[in-house]
Amino acid sequence: MHRRTFLTALTATLIAAPVSATHAAETLTVYTSRNEQLIQPVFDAFTKATGIAVRFTTDKDGALIERLKAEGENTPADLLITVDAGNLWLAKSSGVLQPLQSDIVTQKIPAHLRDADNHWFGVSLRARPVMRHVERVRAEEITRYEDLADPKWKGRLCLRTSKNVYNQSLVATMIADLGEAKTEAIVKGWVANLATLPFPNDTAVLKAIAEGVCDVGIANTYYLGRLVAETPQFPVVPVWTNQQERGVHVNVSGVGVTKHAKHPELAKRFIEWLVTPEAQKLFAELNHEYPVVEGTPVSPVVARWGTFQASQTPLSKAGEWQRAAVQLMDRAGWR
Amino acid sequence: MAACSGTIDGSRWLALIGGLHTLKRFTVTGTPAGVPRFAFWHVVVAGLVALAAAPLIAIVASFRAIDSDVWHHLTAYLLPTQLLETAQLLLVVLLLAFTLGVGLAWLTTAYRFPGVTLFRWVLLLPLAMPAYVLGFVYLAWFDVTGSVALFLRRWEIPLPQVRSLWGAAWVLAFALYPYIYLAARVAFVTTSARALEVGQALGLTRRQAFWRVAVPLARPAIVAGCALVAFEVLADFGVVALFGVETLSVGIYKAWYALFSLSTAMQIAALLAFLAVLALFFEQWARKRARFTTTGRSQPLTPTRLTSFPAWGATLLCTAVLAVALLLPVAQLCVWAWTLGRDALTSRYWHFFANSLILGSSGAGVTVTLALLLAYAQRLDGRPIMHTAVRIATVGYALPGAVLAVGVVAVTSAVDHVWIALGRWFDAHWAPLLGGTVVAMLIAYAIRFLVVAFGPIQAALARVTPRMDEAAQSLGETQYGILRRIHLPLLRPALFAAAALVFIDILKELPITLMTRPFGWETLATRIFELTNDGRWEEAALPALAVTLAGALPAWFLAKKITHPTSAHTPETPC
Repeated sequence: MHRRTFLTALTATLIAAPVSATHAAETLTVYTSRNEQLIQPVFDAFTKATGIAVRFTTDKDGALIERLKAEGENTPADLLITVDAGNLWLAKSSGVLQPLQSDIVTQKIPAHLRDADNHWFGVSLRARPVMRHVERVRAEEITRYEDLADPKWKGRLCLRTSKNVYNQSLVATMIADLGEAKTEAIVKGWVANLATLPFPNDTAVLKAIAEGVCDVGIANTYYLGRLVAETPQFPVVPVWTNQQERGVHVNVSGVGVTKHAKHPELAKRFIEWLVTPEAQKLFAELNHEYPVVEGTPVSPVVARWGTFQASQTPLSKAGEWQRAAVQLMDRAGWR
Repeated sequence: MAACSGTIDGSRWLALIGGLHTLKRFTVTGTPAGVPRFAFWHVVVAGLVALAAAPLIAIVASFRAIDSDVWHHLTAYLLPTQLLETAQLLLVVLLLAFTLGVGLAWLTTAYRFPGVTLFRWVLLLPLAMPAYVLGFVYLAWFDVTGSVALFLRRWEIPLPQVRSLWGAAWVLAFALYPYIYLAARVAFVTTSARALEVGQALGLTRRQAFWRVAVPLARPAIVAGCALVAFEVLADFGVVALFGVETLSVGIYKAWYALFSLSTAMQIAALLAFLAVLALFFEQWARKRARFTTTGRSQPLTPTRLTSFPAWGATLLCTAVLAVALLLPVAQLCVWAWTLGRDALTSRYWHFFANSLILGSSGAGVTVTLALLLAYAQRLDGRPIMHTAVRIATVGYALPGAVLAVGVVAVTSAVDHVWIALGRWFDAHWAPLLGGTVVAMLIAYAIRFLVVAFGPIQAALARVTPRMDEAAQSLGETQYGILRRIHLPLLRPALFAAAALVFIDILKELPITLMTRPFGWETLATRIFELTNDGRWEEAALPALAVTLAGALPAWFLAKKITHPTSAHTPETPC
């Protein structure tokens, strides 16, 4: 008798749970590869400012895009928030995003940091410059990515693995700017100069420079920001590369409205809120990143590195050339 | 024996005639004593195979389109290295894990030495720590900027490059040996002392008895353990990515994430799974028709007491293995958790912990039940087609989790599409039936971990002599009665072992959990992901410790069950 009651209750719960979920109040649903500790405070601030509740789930970019594809028109997601331009490009070309018409957003976000058809928008910026040891390498010794291929850096360069999406986007935009042949020659030069096997993450590269395993490397600025925030005297600084020509390579974390969003209006409100000064400041500062909207202040750690000329190459190129970039890095023997 | 094969022949008939006829037979004449409801088992197996094969459909479907550009690149630059390094890694890990697993299992079963009762279960605990966490701790010590490496550099003592195949193999072996240890120990505990005594009476030394009696008798169990280790190595991405080893799973992720070709990724995964299944078939063929059953009333092994030097040597050995695989890494995690993650320890960790426990235990329950049905069906119908069916049903473990997760989501979404369309037909708005529910998670876990539960259960079932079934049958016991009164008590240690393994595996599982969890349903594993995916490895120490702690619960419980096998070996049923 008891068992039957229990089973009935269980069945009722299992059936009722998903049904009742649809009748919840207006809630914005987000799939994000930007992790909880970086995104939850942003959602909290949005809810506080607008009264709109947000629910979200995290996963890797490729998995989220596949999930959106499989769920099709039944997806609960209204928004996709990912990191790296290549992933945003993939989301668009997989057909899981829809264009958003918003003058506010297109005015505030520079054209090269968003999709030409408004399928996605970069909302925070990170540079991927050359990093140098503050004492062992003088500032004028290196000014361009190309310089790292110079034999004088033999045994003095540390790189992260080529399996990393940020390196793939860097090389992809180099192909877009310089052409495949020239890029391949440069990348081969880098591989020849490696001090040790490529590292599994940027933090390891920066620590290796600090500890004297090597003198120069390439890493995203926010990883350095975190290390400096922990240890103010951390002896590594960014080199604002290629300032006289195309500018330093930058990447974004970005957002797009899903093709089958159930609440496109809420999604639009969220993205428009994201380009407000306070949202920009919060979004960027949580991760020592740069805001995409002009005139937003940066965190003190980041401010210390000064300003730089960022590459104006459209970030969609990172996606278009990613496949070629990966094949190029494999050919060059970059593990 | 004749009666037994007769009933199996009967089963073929029933399967042919179909379920309806069987049903009629039972309703009209009742269940004749001793005639098992074979059609039921065929339905079970067919259902399980369909369930497990559903996500594989996406993988098979990927062969519709061959991306020749990507394949050309892979075969020219990556696959040769990846095949070689996969084989090397597999070999080294298996050798090391076999030595550790079987050696420690025999040591703790056949001998008594200081601390042995503790070691028996604590030696299982390394399983609870995700391998990539262990790998990260080792890199934090021994990589070029690691604490130990920097310390040694002051005296200009160079360390070999740890980010290598050897480093990865070391970490994987110490993280995975408990699979073999557990399987071997369950087998050794249930090995009849008589068998060893007979061996010794025939002039074997104790060491020879180990190699020539105990190990061969435990072979199905040990092979099942080794297969789990091999599958884990094949599907591993975390450790090999950290240590820069180029395995096939790296190729899978590269094809998917970097070259944007999920279909190619699935094709490599299919290749991988095919190789794994082939290896298992080979083992089965090598085992040929040998049967490993215990006969008559068996007696548990009486451990030999070790004294003085060998005793302390044994204690030292077990401590050293534990230190390498668990104690020192846990100490390091504690330091990180204390210095970096203290503030993160809020009341919400209770939710993470509870969610992990709920998923682990219900997932283990579902998976073990299905595995028991599958193993039982295979026992009742030993035709080759059944073996093939079992292989298909258990292949999910050899696939990288993320690839299987995509397949699972494809299936649950397809079901939801039909369900929601049906709702529209009724003019109603129905929410997804599976997507974002715990039910979908449990099904996905069962598909992934069926083989983890199946291995120990099948091995234990193989050791139950059919004579017992025959005797019980001849005494008028029904098939259900045989299962309940003879098999279940005999299988109990294996069932607990299977449940504990699945529980711990679910605690650590990531890709499926990430892709199928309901909104807001965070677990300890997803906590680890949030931090490691953002490069905050040290901060992930807190959830990693919690996972280890949660995994210790079933290991401890299990140890009680295996250490005191109660009356399992001397069933009161006359045989």
